[in-house]
Amino acid sequence: MSIGIEHFLTVGALLFCLGLLVALSKRNAIGVLMGVEMMLNAVNLTLITFSRFSTSERPITGQVFVVFVITVAAAEAAVALALAVSVYRNRDTVDVDRINLLKS
Amino acid sequence: MNGIDVAGPQIAVLGAAGVILLVDALVPQQRRLLPFIALIGLAVSALWTISWVARDDYQTAFGGTLSLDHFSVFFYFLFAGITAMVVLASIDWVNREGRGQGEYYALVLTACSGLMFLSAGRDLITIFIALELSSIPQYVLAGWGKDVRSSEAGLKYLLLGAIASSLLLYGMALLYGVTGTTMLAEIGETIAWSGDANRSVLVVAMTLLIAGFGFKMAVVPFQMWVPDVYQGAPTPVAAYLSVGSKAAAFAVVTRIFFEALGARFLSDDWSNVFAVLAAVTMTVGNVMAIVQTDIKRMLGYSSIAQAGNFLVGLAAISVAGGEFTLGASGVLFFLAAYAFTNLGVFVAVIAISQKIGSDQIRDYAGMWKRSPFLSLGLAFCLVSLTGIPPTAGFWAKLYIFNAGIRADLTWLVVVGVLNSLVSAYYYWGVIRQLFTGASEDSTAIRTSPSIGLSLGVAAAGVFVFGILPMPLISAARDAAAIFAQH
Repeated sequence: MSIGIEHFLTVGALLFCLGLLVALSKRNAIGVLMGVEMMLNAVNLTLITFSRFSTSERPITGQVFVVFVITVAAAEAAVALALAVSVYRNRDTVDVDRINLLKS
Repeated sequence: MNGIDVAGPQIAVLGAAGVILLVDALVPQQRRLLPFIALIGLAVSALWTISWVARDDYQTAFGGTLSLDHFSVFFYFLFAGITAMVVLASIDWVNREGRGQGEYYALVLTACSGLMFLSAGRDLITIFIALELSSIPQYVLAGWGKDVRSSEAGLKYLLLGAIASSLLLYGMALLYGVTGTTMLAEIGETIAWSGDANRSVLVVAMTLLIAGFGFKMAVVPFQMWVPDVYQGAPTPVAAYLSVGSKAAAFAVVTRIFFEALGARFLSDDWSNVFAVLAAVTMTVGNVMAIVQTDIKRMLGYSSIAQAGNFLVGLAAISVAGGEFTLGASGVLFFLAAYAFTNLGVFVAVIAISQKIGSDQIRDYAGMWKRSPFLSLGLAFCLVSLTGIPPTAGFWAKLYIFNAGIRADLTWLVVVGVLNSLVSAYYYWGVIRQLFTGASEDSTAIRTSPSIGLSLGVAAAGVFVFGILPMPLISAARDAAAIFAQH
């Protein structure tokens, strides 16, 4: 059995669901971020797959998209870590259940 | 050079951000000039846009990824105006905060250029980059304040925003996989040509897009962050989020859904989804707003409820008589009216809260005696949010509900009108506190010129467009008409 487009897409979809699960269930802010990174990498895998098996005259588009996603993800992670440090300095925790000063 | 000319309005804004950072670093004793540099940059951007309107030569650039058309021009003006008002309303707060003044204005301008790119992007990659270009500065701004609640708001906003943009990206990846292109127009053509062969994948992609943008639009069930972030973030930043990023999200959703997913078998699906989301969003927003005691949280829920009103316009795509952009023009008109109104409310709240040091609605009691100007401005803008004449908010609601009725969504319009009655209750509660409540402290509140100017402009806009709505309506109709070709 040869490995085809559906295998790559299945791995991508599974990875995305796992990332979403991690992002929604982790109580640690850094853990949530790791889940988000996993989702983004699942998207990258999916884009690369579509690009590799594309029949259009510009199959490179998907790979270009991936480069941009990686770059933006790095920028977002930098800001996220800075904000996590800022919260940690004030509260001594990055547990999202205990960061709960804002409520009605 | 053509591309630079087309992207000129954004480049002017980004250039001003660069100048601000340089001035802040090199001549720190001239810091009080920074907001004026920001305003000059926005004015240059607006003039550049006016020059394009005068040339009447609309075109695309960068391989068709950036489009200068009536639609993006409408939003260029809107975002330049919104950002200018936010800059004016921030001056006092930033001076009092003292630190990082250059960075604050530079981030506000960077976010503004992202919002402008978002309304002009015609390619999924451009749209994604523009979304992040506007979001990342806003995450930082939400966490800008010194107190711990502000960093908490920033972190919450960022984590939920990152999850939302991952969902959005997966939707974009599926859309790319089905159609083999990231250009919106080509996606639309491919879908129209191939019919409903890939319908199931397209529906999944559409759901993910709605989830991702629904976060930015603050639509139920993606609204959890709104009250927390509005409460914790510095008030000028909350004003920016409530108007700027919401308007940009509605702009890009209108463009993607009308241009790329406008095929009949898809639009029936998403107009139904938007109709249901609209009803749920306005009901949840209004019911939750009633019980709030903090005015910023109340405004957060009120902005969720308003997002439900905008969605009525998107749901109303199947207007009888082939006029299927009527709903979209309603969204644009409502966004402009809402921008004036909500900014007016937030500016008054910024001025009052700074002086009394509290965001509690009960502490607003007797404000009429302490500052008639702020009280009248706030009350007038709240009347407009309710949708009572003679205000811009009245015409916006009338226009969008008319589109809803003509699209056979009478049930949704009934829900909308009932919700307006509910909203009148809590807006009226604030107005009653302002005028009838008694306060122990009766010292007059002096308004600074910048706050006075921005509140005056906002209230004047609400009033003028409440008397003469036609210029704004015809601008919105022209902008939405670009989707009518197919």
